[in-house]
Amino acid sequence: MEILQLLISGISQGCVYGLIALGFVLIYKATEMVNFAQGDLMMMGAFFAYTYANVLEFPFVIAVLATIATMALIGVITERLLLRPMIGEPHFSVLMLTIGLGFILRAIAGASWGNEPRSLNTPYAGGVIDLNGVILGYENLVIMIGTALLCALLYCFFRFTRLGIAMQAASQNQLAAFYVGIPVKRIYAIVWGISASISAVAGILVAPVSLIDPQMGFIGIKAFAAAIVGGFGSLPGAILGGLLIGVVEQFAGLYLPTGFSDVSAYIILLIMLLIRPQGIFATMQQKKV
Amino acid sequence: MSLLVASNLSLAFGGVHAVEDVSFAVETGEIFSIIGPNGAGKTTLFNLISRIYDVDSGRIEFDGRDISRVPTHQIAELGIARTFQNTELFEQETVLRNLLIGQHVHRRTSLIEELLFLPRVRRQELDFRKDVEDVIDLLDLQHYRHQVIANLPYGVRKMVEVARALCMRPRLLLLDEPSSGLNPEETDDLAFQIEDINEELGITIIMVEHDMNLVSMTSNRVMALADGRLLAVGDPKAVQSHPDVLKAYLGD
Repeated sequence: MEILQLLISGISQGCVYGLIALGFVLIYKATEMVNFAQGDLMMMGAFFAYTYANVLEFPFVIAVLATIATMALIGVITERLLLRPMIGEPHFSVLMLTIGLGFILRAIAGASWGNEPRSLNTPYAGGVIDLNGVILGYENLVIMIGTALLCALLYCFFRFTRLGIAMQAASQNQLAAFYVGIPVKRIYAIVWGISASISAVAGILVAPVSLIDPQMGFIGIKAFAAAIVGGFGSLPGAILGGLLIGVVEQFAGLYLPTGFSDVSAYIILLIMLLIRPQGIFATMQQKKV
Repeated sequence: MSLLVASNLSLAFGGVHAVEDVSFAVETGEIFSIIGPNGAGKTTLFNLISRIYDVDSGRIEFDGRDISRVPTHQIAELGIARTFQNTELFEQETVLRNLLIGQHVHRRTSLIEELLFLPRVRRQELDFRKDVEDVIDLLDLQHYRHQVIANLPYGVRKMVEVARALCMRPRLLLLDEPSSGLNPEETDDLAFQIEDINEELGITIIMVEHDMNLVSMTSNRVMALADGRLLAVGDPKAVQSHPDVLKAYLGD
């Protein structure tokens, strides 16, 4: 019973890691840049949701849609203004830029919304389902369903749509993509938009269980570990890596001495890098020179 | 009527004049070859036409329209397709998927229609697949349809790239050294295929090529370049025996 309970909370936490990891992987696959501000984009998403739902008192569904739209716009603008001039610059510079972006976003959030934790008003707060002693909170249920739906939508998008297929093409061979008529630069901007929207969804989903504050984006680092465990570059791997870390964290919290829960993500990462450095789903191709 | 008119094209990389004041016109329906020793500026010229590089000066007109400032990705939509000397394919995908994406610019359905997989999307997919099969038949790629590019021999990859270019339904096809890396037998096949593409599909072809045999067999006209300058234009025999061309290849 206890194990099942831990599993449920692990999975719901893991979904959030998985979604942020998905954001990392999407941007990396398309542009070969690692966006260390991914967690902070999630935090911004949560604050926008708070503004729309609590302050402006939009109906919840409208608030969610408005948040996704806002973050998509922020993602596109970020790419256009900050990342595009960096095309061709060393990876290290891009890395520093995104770390800096994270600091800026935290500062903006602190200045605009304050540093004290806030909670998001949701229509499903507080409800629970009792499955013979295993308690499943509505918040956790919504996290799981939301993640599953988003994954299904993304799958269909990449599998069936012109834009999704163009994105896959641009990530495999830019030059070839240009010559079959794909506007590669515009695709990069859209990837950032999608990635930021996914983070926004993660932020909305996690807000009812973890409270919103400018520092909440730091779980992005655990999500980064999840992305590597999953095999950086694999979308299903990102979700799976997230779930693995989420579940192990819960078990470590109960069965191991205090403190292990928080570091377990990194222990998994280290173990993974030692035994299978390419991650669960090895999609990274060796670059040919 | 001229399909492509290049007037006074120049491009320098630093102090190196890769292409200097080159003018030529390619007529609709012809096979036009560009020859010249290494470093003559042949590939650079291709990269100018297909908009990888911006011209320093001069003008490129395609079908009467100035394309020297058009964004790179719009070249396909205008009806110009190209291949690369060392192939640029989607290595981890199958031949079929590489060819299907060649039709990217012809997709007319919207995101929502595609997500709901409406009948219109289905019809379009069927049409695309049919066109792809026609190209596969033309270039004899039936055996490789479901194979991943990374596992294919070089000669086949080169043909797949030509096939992808044909799937774009271009009016002008740029072939960058199509015979490089092919064995003599494959090169002979290539000559027939180039003629088929030109005659059956009515596609105008500009080709950069070193194999003089292939050039003479297929081309209507030949242009010779050396050190970024135009040496001679005309029928294959005349250009090959032109004194300047001989000098460029053999030295004084």
